[in-house]
Amino acid sequence: MTFLLSVLVFSPILGILLLLLTSKQHESNLKMFGFIGTVPPLLVSLILYQYYASGASLADFTIKNNWIRFGNLSQYDAKLFTVDYELAIDGFSLVLVLMTALLTSLAAFASHSIKKEWKGYFVLLLFLEIGMLGVFTAQNLVLFFLFFELTLISAFFLVGKWGFAEKEKAAYSFLLYNGIGSAILLIVIMILFARAGTTNIQALTHIITIGGVPTIAPISATMKYALLVGLVAAFAIKLPIFPMHRWMVMVHVEAPTPIVMLHAGVLLKIGAYGMIRFGMGIFPEQFKSVAIYLAVLGVINFLYGAFMAFIQTDFKRVLAYSSISHMGVVLIGLGSLQAAGVQGAVFQVVSHGLIAALLFYLVGIIQEKTDTSLISDLGGLAKTVPRLSGWLLAGSFASLGLPGMSGFVSEFLAFLGLFKSEPWLAAIGSIGIVMTAVYMLRAVLDITFGKEKEKYEHLTDLNWLQQIPAGILLLLIVSIGVYPSLLGEPLQRTLDAIMIGIGR
Amino acid sequence: MDLQTMLNYHWEAMIPEFIILGTTVLLTLLDLFWPPYIKRRRLAWIGLIGILLSLLSLLAVLPIEVVSILDDSFRLDSFAKAFKMLLLVGAAFVMLLAESYEPKEGMKEQRGEFYYLFLTALLGAMIMTSSGDLITLFIGLELLSISSYILAGIRKHHTASNEAAMKYVISGGISTAITLFGMSYLYGLTGSTNLKAMSIIMKETVDTQFLYLFGLAFFMVLVGLSFKIASAPFHMWAPDVYQGAPIPVTAFLSVVSKTAGFAIILRILLSLYREVWGDAVGAFSFFESNSIYIAFLAGITMIIGNVVALRQRNLKRLFAYSSIAHAGYLLVAFATLGGQYFLFDTFWFYLLAYLFMNLGAFAVIQVVSGNTEQEGIDMLTGLYQRSPWLAVAMGISILSLAGIPGTAGFIAKVSIFLGAFAVDPGFYVLAAIMAGTTVISYIYYFGILVQLFLRSSIIQTKPKVPAGINILVAVCVLMTILFGLAPNIALDFFHQHFGDLLDF
Repeated sequence: MTFLLSVLVFSPILGILLLLLTSKQHESNLKMFGFIGTVPPLLVSLILYQYYASGASLADFTIKNNWIRFGNLSQYDAKLFTVDYELAIDGFSLVLVLMTALLTSLAAFASHSIKKEWKGYFVLLLFLEIGMLGVFTAQNLVLFFLFFELTLISAFFLVGKWGFAEKEKAAYSFLLYNGIGSAILLIVIMILFARAGTTNIQALTHIITIGGVPTIAPISATMKYALLVGLVAAFAIKLPIFPMHRWMVMVHVEAPTPIVMLHAGVLLKIGAYGMIRFGMGIFPEQFKSVAIYLAVLGVINFLYGAFMAFIQTDFKRVLAYSSISHMGVVLIGLGSLQAAGVQGAVFQVVSHGLIAALLFYLVGIIQEKTDTSLISDLGGLAKTVPRLSGWLLAGSFASLGLPGMSGFVSEFLAFLGLFKSEPWLAAIGSIGIVMTAVYMLRAVLDITFGKEKEKYEHLTDLNWLQQIPAGILLLLIVSIGVYPSLLGEPLQRTLDAIMIGIGR
Repeated sequence: MDLQTMLNYHWEAMIPEFIILGTTVLLTLLDLFWPPYIKRRRLAWIGLIGILLSLLSLLAVLPIEVVSILDDSFRLDSFAKAFKMLLLVGAAFVMLLAESYEPKEGMKEQRGEFYYLFLTALLGAMIMTSSGDLITLFIGLELLSISSYILAGIRKHHTASNEAAMKYVISGGISTAITLFGMSYLYGLTGSTNLKAMSIIMKETVDTQFLYLFGLAFFMVLVGLSFKIASAPFHMWAPDVYQGAPIPVTAFLSVVSKTAGFAIILRILLSLYREVWGDAVGAFSFFESNSIYIAFLAGITMIIGNVVALRQRNLKRLFAYSSIAHAGYLLVAFATLGGQYFLFDTFWFYLLAYLFMNLGAFAVIQVVSGNTEQEGIDMLTGLYQRSPWLAVAMGISILSLAGIPGTAGFIAKVSIFLGAFAVDPGFYVLAAIMAGTTVISYIYYFGILVQLFLRSSIIQTKPKVPAGINILVAVCVLMTILFGLAPNIALDFFHQHFGDLLDF
């Protein structure tokens, strides 16, 4: 069974080969193959879920092979300074892998709006998928970093080539901010590697939390704090945390919509994943003492994002700032250090992934039809394109946290956690919940029920094919909202492990 | 020394050098006696065969133990073998580049010398790697330098080329003088020019006044030799010479000459100073108490190289600064001494990776600039549309130069980081500068990628790629990726054949 994870991560290569063999001009074939390329990972991840649901242990899928060995020290310890090719999956990863595979398929489906160079586009999209799937399954930091950078490079080109007017500027700022993040991350990884002689996550957790293992050079208590702060800073840029968010707004506005679906849906979540998996996982002691700062930053993010979203005139910007605001919820949950809070944070990771993908999918269609995403230019769409407006309203309800949808569950849990640990902070933060409703409804109601614009009278509504992605996403959002255990159950063991780590 | 002892020497240790020498003589004679209608371009192939034969003979002498002939002035130890291998592979590639080199004004008269001067330079470099005596080291250095001076100015009717040669000679002369001055101190203090004899005297010295002079000599030699590796403070020749010299010469300087420069730095400074005391009581070693100064040079070099590269529009000039930056990264490994565990393999692997990625890039530059008759960055604009293969090859080389995971450049950088952190206290500031300047380097490296892939070209002519260049580019790209994904092919070869260079 161990091959299944390798198949999962590298199956997009099949699609890449198919694409490379197709002629550059064959638009419809390229689009079809591009979509087909995303199907195998989706199937494999569904098979994995099937195994999991039928009670099999996910640990059976762990794969571990020798890969790189630095230095000439094998006479002391065969594993010293080695990096293995090791992939594994647990409930948390499984959920994210499922989400990634699904969103990539939907993004490939939504890529019919791409106008040029389909071949390069889909090849890069599939490379991006390999990177994203690898990030969530890698079991050591070097391998994680490799996949992480793969997402960076492919996203750089996808934004820079197929984006809107300011695409190159957006791609550059994406590259630089994330480059700084990766540089910090690389230093942290290298210090751990050089001192501990390994980058395996489990081994590192053991060395940092329990100790008693001889290391190449000591890892002092201060250094542990410094390493954690480095990790958090690196992933904070990815998440992003105010004031390092500007690149993300640019990317959301300038990138082609299928890529924004993936960016908001999955790539931002890598930041949250890294914080939970590496920050909380490897440095639980140290994480406890920085948690309060994270909670404060989370509240700032939540309020700042909401406020900025309120004053935007471009709907894509509203959504971008809404993403920043919602990522604040992740921090609030993590910073609470309560079981409920952390669970809320993880829920938010998944829930926002689905909601953001849904909303950006719809915005992409609106922009394709009307050539604008300015709120003032749009209006009265409910009359002309009722189905599109309906989906949009549903998406915005999900985003503002309407009970019965996934957004509500995650925000509720995150704030529940924070109210337990820092009631005052949580009280301030909860203002943001109201603001979310205000900015979301302002924007969406203006678009759907606002003053009708004559030029949009002849818009065609969504056909049934275009409604499928929206339907799938909304179905998941509502399912999680109505029956949170759907998500809570796979996550339970990971969460338990984290909570034991931080001693709650 | 009578004839008998001469004949009893293990001359087989010098076979690689003899082959190069023989090929050089053969080429000069052929150039002289061949009738004019025979194209001198064929000499390149003969030269290439000579280099490959020499490489084969080097592989044949790999298993033999350390050989020291001519009163210890020529040593064939693991260090020499390892670095000669790099030099020969690099020179073979440069020869392939030179074969198809065709400047605008033609080079009918000088084509013969163009080829055999590469060989004399190579011979000098090879002698540098395996000298055990200051005198022969210096002879090797001068042989390399003087041949390179002529090569830089080989385009007699081209102003920039002449200017480059002139600048190269003058700054080369100054730096040689400084090196020699430093060496004269060493000779004066130890009374010998034999490295082994010198190091025995030096490590027994505890007199602080002597130690002070040792320090002075160390930095004079290092600063003087920084000319060869193009690091601060003797880096300023690089941009002008790289820009003015013919492209194969530029490639030679940035790869072979730089490798030789690092070989001589390691040879002289490491073998003499590794066991010298840093103070009178012997509490510190020389490197421990002086690494801060080397680190300073490394830091300055990285900053200058990467920051000034941002403003360059001429591609060869940009690569000059990039090569300065890479010298800086390698000096980091020298300052940290690779944390004891990662010294020689780091240098060797980095130079190997650098060889492939840099020569791959230069090959593409030569083809494209021959095709477009430009040297600015914009000659690469839209290369992806004109020649996808060249663009992808260039792209991979650039990604490797930028140190993106999945390429050899990343593994090389990881090695340096490991060395910087494996000691206590680690070289945090230096490593942070390295990581920071790497992010800065993304700006100009990705600037090239933007030109290659994201912009569309004005020029429509497809570049014609000679077969030799095609092979060269293919090998370079293949190796860059192979050593990035499976670096142990190279690292294990190194450890298996050269060990930890204990016989250094």
